[in-house]
Amino acid sequence: MISMNKTIAEKILARASGKKVVSPNEIVMARVDVAMSHENADVVLRSFKEIGVKKVWDKERIVILFDHRIPADSERTAATHRRLRTFAKEQQIKYFYDLRQGICHQVLAELGHDLPGEVLVGTDSHTTTHGAFGTFATGIGATEMAGVWATGELWLRVPESIKINVDGKFKPCVTAKDLILHIIGILGADGANYQAVEFHGETISHMTIASRMVLSNLPMEMGAKVAFVPPDEQTIAYLKKRTDKHFQVILPDQDVEYSGELNINVSSLTSQVACPHSVDNVKPVSEITGLKIDQALIGSCTNGRLEDLAAAAEILEGKTVHPDTRLLVIPASRRVYLEALHKGYIEIFVRAGGLVLNPGCGPCLGAHQGLLAPEEICLATTNRNFKGRMGSPEAFVYLASPGTVAASALKGEITEPC
Amino acid sequence: MLIKGHVYKFGNNINTDVIYPGKYLSITADREEMAKHCFEAVHPEFLKNANPGDIIVGGKNFGCGSSREQAATCLKYFGVRAVVAETFARIFYRNAINLGLPVIIAPGITQQVEHNDDIEIDLLIGIIKNMRTNEIIKAKKLPDFILKIVTNNGLIPYLKKKLGILGN
Ligand code: SF4
Repeated sequence: MISMNKTIAEKILARASGKKVVSPNEIVMARVDVAMSHENADVVLRSFKEIGVKKVWDKERIVILFDHRIPADSERTAATHRRLRTFAKEQQIKYFYDLRQGICHQVLAELGHDLPGEVLVGTDSHTTTHGAFGTFATGIGATEMAGVWATGELWLRVPESIKINVDGKFKPCVTAKDLILHIIGILGADGANYQAVEFHGETISHMTIASRMVLSNLPMEMGAKVAFVPPDEQTIAYLKKRTDKHFQVILPDQDVEYSGELNINVSSLTSQVACPHSVDNVKPVSEITGLKIDQALIGSCTNGRLEDLAAAAEILEGKTVHPDTRLLVIPASRRVYLEALHKGYIEIFVRAGGLVLNPGCGPCLGAHQGLLAPEEICLATTNRNFKGRMGSPEAFVYLASPGTVAASALKGEITEPC
Repeated sequence: MLIKGHVYKFGNNINTDVIYPGKYLSITADREEMAKHCFEAVHPEFLKNANPGDIIVGGKNFGCGSSREQAATCLKYFGVRAVVAETFARIFYRNAINLGLPVIIAPGITQQVEHNDDIEIDLLIGIIKNMRTNEIIKAKKLPDFILKIVTNNGLIPYLKKKLGILGN
């Protein structure tokens, strides 16, 4: 008898490990469908060489691109990029995108690498983002990626799953970012540690793909291993435009007993902000309205997509950023950048006094392009506000939606988007 | 496998940006150099007061945040012998295991062990002894497969053995 009580995570891992069924806590050897790395492929490379295998297991399943420090912020990074270019050529890595495409999580989705039912591992913690397509997508370390490059498989513990049901209609200007911050505020920084999250409910069905990616991007900040939005017709339509590869949609069974369930109605949700120095320190924007900001940042794998730039452009059109605040805008990818150009958003940002940077991670990880001085305050659409994350450990990072950041940039202080 | 050491204690939610600041991520190869920056930005006293051979004791969610392997590497090459915590964030936990840095989950550890205590960890059985109080703290025993990776000093030596590639 086929058991009818399996979660998406269990079903995908069973398939990937060649077993009929798997259960939470079991450790399985899973075959990997896509293995993604950015600049830290350099760390992977070092370990890969140590293993001593000459050729990667499958040159068509490895994706390497640069996004964390582009263009190179230092000689050291330049050398990293150069080493990896050489390696990609030698190994004939089919999907080597260099620094041309943008942030890994956006690029893989746009270029059709995120497929339902597959296992995607990335040497980046926000790899959960790809779960927006029903992919078992999780972040791993560099050494184990070297193992994947060599063998095409890795050990994974089968996670328990939490179901998050979302119903209701958002108020104007309240977004998926506000929802996921609200959820992290409820569950806490380790509230989903080692677990799979499944998002269900009518609100999710009506969400755009871009917004679903926001939902899957952030659960990492409550420890989640994977974060699924079960694929539907919209997902399939999005993917069909980007790939001709065959894929199989995997949905959870009817009678699953989840290890936890959370029900949320968004009808009364207001704009939220995650305050320093942890992502679960979440408050309604109304509670900290008036706080002066030095920098406003719109971008990242969380909120640098076209709909995010559209929301910001709508607020900024014909206006000027407050003289004491600097606005940075970073389209998440080359494609987003081009579309934003066509739609006139980029011109709106530039006219408003914003600096538009090249697609990439920018200052999100504290490497370059807009770091903070001690005591400075930044309101960002990114996903992490740890001490020292964006420059000085004495600076403060607040996280919010693109609308909230754009409206606050105009006022020079934190304010509601509308 | 017995691991003995002097305790260096931290609190809850010690994240990877705290363990290894983002600005040093461009260091990708030189592990000794990584070790010079452990906790540098937020807890600079660690580099002054901790010693190779120490055991880190942490609270809940140790190692949360980014996937940067440097966070585990810097501790290992600093000479940290093991990390014991109430709970770990998953990627740090994986990275440490795959690098052969023993990580032990021990609920209640922060109540029973103080900064500067000496402790002894029995990895095979999964118990920890506080040498000052003589208390025994129960830890979660590592699954056999994971223990195999840790005792082989990490995934690379383990894979070499498995794939039949001789070490140098
Ligand atoms: S934008 Fe920020 S969070 Fe996203 S991949 Fe880049 S550094 Fe990581």
